[in-house]
Amino acid sequence: MEILLVLGCPLLGAMLLAVVGAKRYAAEVSVAISLATLLAATALVLRIIHGGSMTALHEEFFIDPFNVFLVALTALVGFTTSVFSRPYMRIEAEHGRLTAARLRLYHSMYQLFMAAMLLALTTNNMGFLWVSMEMATLSTVLLVSLYRTRASVEAAWKYFILCGVGIALALFGTALLYAAAENVLGGEGMNALLWTHLNAVKGQLEPRVMGLAFVFLLVGYGTKVGLAPLHNWLPDAHAEGPTPVSAVLSGLLLNVALYAVIRCKILADGALHSTLPGHMLMGFGLLSTVLASFFLWRQRDIKRLFAYSSIEHMGIITFAFGMGGPIANFAALLHMTMHSLTKSAIFFAAGHATQLSGTQRMDKIRGLLAIHPSVGWGLMLGGLAILGMPPFGVFTSEYLVLITAMRDHPWATPILLVALAVAFAAIFSRLQPMVFGDTDDRPLPHSPALVPVFIHLGIVLMMGVYIPPALAEWYRLAARLIAG
Amino acid sequence: MAHLNLATQVVQMLAGALLLISFAMLAERRSRRLLILLVWQGAVLVASTLLVASTAHLPHLFYSAALTFVLKVCVLPWILFRLMRKLGIERDNEPLVNVPTLMLVGLGLVIFAFGLAQPVSALATTVLRNTLGIALAVILLSFLMILARRKAFTQVIGFLSLENGLFFAATSTTYGMPMVVELGMALDLLVAVFIFGIFFFHIREQFDSLDLDQLESLKED
Amino acid sequence: MSATAYAWQVGECLLAIALAPLFAGWVGQCRAWLQNRSAPPLWQPYRVLRKLFHKDVALATHASWLFRSAPYVVFATMVVAAAIIPSVTTDLPLARVADAIALVGVFATGRVFMSLAAMDVGTAFGSMGARREMMIGFLTEPALLMVLFSAFMAFGSTALPRVVEVVLRQPHIMLHPSLFFAAVAFVMVLLAENARLPVDNPTTHLELTMIHESMTLEYSGRHLALIEWAAWLKLFNYACIGFTLFMPWGIALHGAGPGLLALAIGALIAKLVVAGAALALLESITAKLRLFRAPEFLTMAFLLAVLGLLVHLLLEV
Repeated sequence: MEILLVLGCPLLGAMLLAVVGAKRYAAEVSVAISLATLLAATALVLRIIHGGSMTALHEEFFIDPFNVFLVALTALVGFTTSVFSRPYMRIEAEHGRLTAARLRLYHSMYQLFMAAMLLALTTNNMGFLWVSMEMATLSTVLLVSLYRTRASVEAAWKYFILCGVGIALALFGTALLYAAAENVLGGEGMNALLWTHLNAVKGQLEPRVMGLAFVFLLVGYGTKVGLAPLHNWLPDAHAEGPTPVSAVLSGLLLNVALYAVIRCKILADGALHSTLPGHMLMGFGLLSTVLASFFLWRQRDIKRLFAYSSIEHMGIITFAFGMGGPIANFAALLHMTMHSLTKSAIFFAAGHATQLSGTQRMDKIRGLLAIHPSVGWGLMLGGLAILGMPPFGVFTSEYLVLITAMRDHPWATPILLVALAVAFAAIFSRLQPMVFGDTDDRPLPHSPALVPVFIHLGIVLMMGVYIPPALAEWYRLAARLIAG
Repeated sequence: MAHLNLATQVVQMLAGALLLISFAMLAERRSRRLLILLVWQGAVLVASTLLVASTAHLPHLFYSAALTFVLKVCVLPWILFRLMRKLGIERDNEPLVNVPTLMLVGLGLVIFAFGLAQPVSALATTVLRNTLGIALAVILLSFLMILARRKAFTQVIGFLSLENGLFFAATSTTYGMPMVVELGMALDLLVAVFIFGIFFFHIREQFDSLDLDQLESLKED
Repeated sequence: MSATAYAWQVGECLLAIALAPLFAGWVGQCRAWLQNRSAPPLWQPYRVLRKLFHKDVALATHASWLFRSAPYVVFATMVVAAAIIPSVTTDLPLARVADAIALVGVFATGRVFMSLAAMDVGTAFGSMGARREMMIGFLTEPALLMVLFSAFMAFGSTALPRVVEVVLRQPHIMLHPSLFFAAVAFVMVLLAENARLPVDNPTTHLELTMIHESMTLEYSGRHLALIEWAAWLKLFNYACIGFTLFMPWGIALHGAGPGLLALAIGALIAKLVVAGAALALLESITAKLRLFRAPEFLTMAFLLAVLGLLVHLLLEV
């Protein structure tokens, strides 16, 4: 029941906003719909906490500790982003960068995107997982090119083609998975694609076909996670799209794509009885982290900087999932949450910062603390958080990843440390001049919505200091599920 | 091998035709002819699915074939032809770089695909299982086409050819995916083509041409 | 190795020599019909030959023995090729000495002599034509070999008469995708090797666009007659190779009586009629390729042939 609400709210919202999206109260409607989704998600979470994993609607949906916290996270970030986008988009409209018609497209596509992601998270059917991932890509493509400038059209085209090709590869992987499944599960027809059924028989799936399927699925969904070398669309899409879109892309879509990869990894681990999937994830993860850290130095655009930071963090998470084992999985799940909250907070603050100074180039943004202290503090604290400074939660998860690496794969530790250090230096050195100093920019016409920023950062801070036992138990359950 | 019945042999001929069309698409310069080749690809796909459906007595494949026919032979080509006329690119001719090298690389990909498909073919139980290699080859050739193209419209045709290859792969290993999933895929494809169409107009509005060389300005600065 | 076999061998050669100009005339007539003009009569090539044999030869002063002997060598190679290819019967003693790979070598000999002779006299167009011919030949040989290989992998032997026997005994072997690819590639090679559109226009009079014609510019009289006859014989031979590989029905097998032989000749003529019309149609609907696009065309042929081979390995083994 809750699942229907969780999915139905954004879907209905998308249809509603397709009609009323151009009106003045459209942003408020969007916020209300996101709030409803959040409440439904909370109800779902409570149900799972009390009842354990469950399937629904003829086993088409499956909620276990792994995806329920992602559902909650998605709903939360979706809500806060819609709260943020209200004043942000109003300012954008006043600056003349958006028309009412485009805002209608924005609002309806935003809710459709939320629906697609929630469907991807809750579905039990691998085929539907693919369909919803494709839907998520399609709904954001037009959002990235919302400003209709040369750069944004180019970014959206690159995004579309690269992710389209990646998704096609994932489809081939899904077909191979179905082939392997049909062999074992026989004439179940549709049910051979259900993850719960596959999980039950994963030991009997043909290893070579599963291996091939996993490679295709990893490369396909990995493109959407932003794993190097398939990450080329990410910086452009983040930089050229409107800030709320960058926030949800970084904070949510990357997580959902990685979730898809991990679901497949659980099956592949069971079928292959070898560490190949884990090693592949480790390889891609390390490559992404290192590549992103070094690219961070060359960035001059603030949103591109944080986009590369997203690639780096997703690399760390992938590496942690690749290592496997209870601590690494726990760390990875924690990091997914922390990164999602922190990165969206940073994008909120950075969005307002760019609106203040009228440009996205970091050497032109100065003295944020002087004009709008909340924006300045938001950016400063968010930057510190994402860099892994204690007592923020990102530090905890990175620390756990590092000690697991030192114990199990010591060769990777220096690489990770160097990458993290390089990233630290790059971001911190850029952050400092932006926040401090003087500027002649005028304040924003509407007060920036920075409550979401501080809510996010507050959660991250709290998790860094004290993880509520219920939450910790939750993560542990999920970690155990992933370890198989 | 010599004892395969007529239907299976015809299906193998159609698979061969599919591969031939993919190679022809790789070397074709004119947008209009490329689109016609895509329509032929869809038609061959429908024919082979129908044949398999009748020999293996699988009703859901009939529906699948009907869906493919409506989508890939009627609706999508109609949308794309209209787009071509509206964009004024009917007589488009693009400068393809070094066709012989492209062909040789394509040949390498075909060999790779045939090798890769061996273990899966051994596993599958369908009548068509040997043609998985051809399906994978069509997929890889479409990739090559997307990489080698310099105009947005022809890249999209490469993308659609990729989807055709995927459909053929699904049919040859498992007699197609479950119907609902296929409907979802068809819907996705339709929406994707719509969005592509909208995109072309945006690109042309900004760049005054559909040449992809213009779309390479976003680099690390 | 009976006397009848030798008789048929010689008879087949004579038949080829006799029919080749007729075939060329038929192709010309079909082209004329397609171009909506009236054609010269079917036996016009014979008249051309008679005219040329009656004329004197005009030789350049520093033409060497190569130039004078090339027409005979080229004609001889084509006759040898006709002897190896089973056009009406598989009972060919000479065919046991040479298989299809040797056949390709025989064609190559003819081409080499032709090119060298064209360069011998030292004219600009001769050298140009020779170089172009060698470029085309360099690209068509691998393609032709690949076509023959893929056909042979399906039939299990490289001797053309054996191929015919295998096919005639098991008719259902024909419906192979690999043969389909090989057939398309073979047609492309045929067009290139015989100086047909889209690679080379046989009726052009613009020297800069000529490939084959420019090599024969210096010849006259009986030399020219032999060269023209050899070119027609080459087309005939290629057509017969195509029939052998892809449409061998009607060819008389070993030990067949005169009735079946007559049937075989009739089948051959029917196939030639259809092939000639198809060739004319192909030529009429394509435009001539620019010279630097010819390698693309031929690479495509090569790749199709290799594809046929691969598809055979994938689907039919």
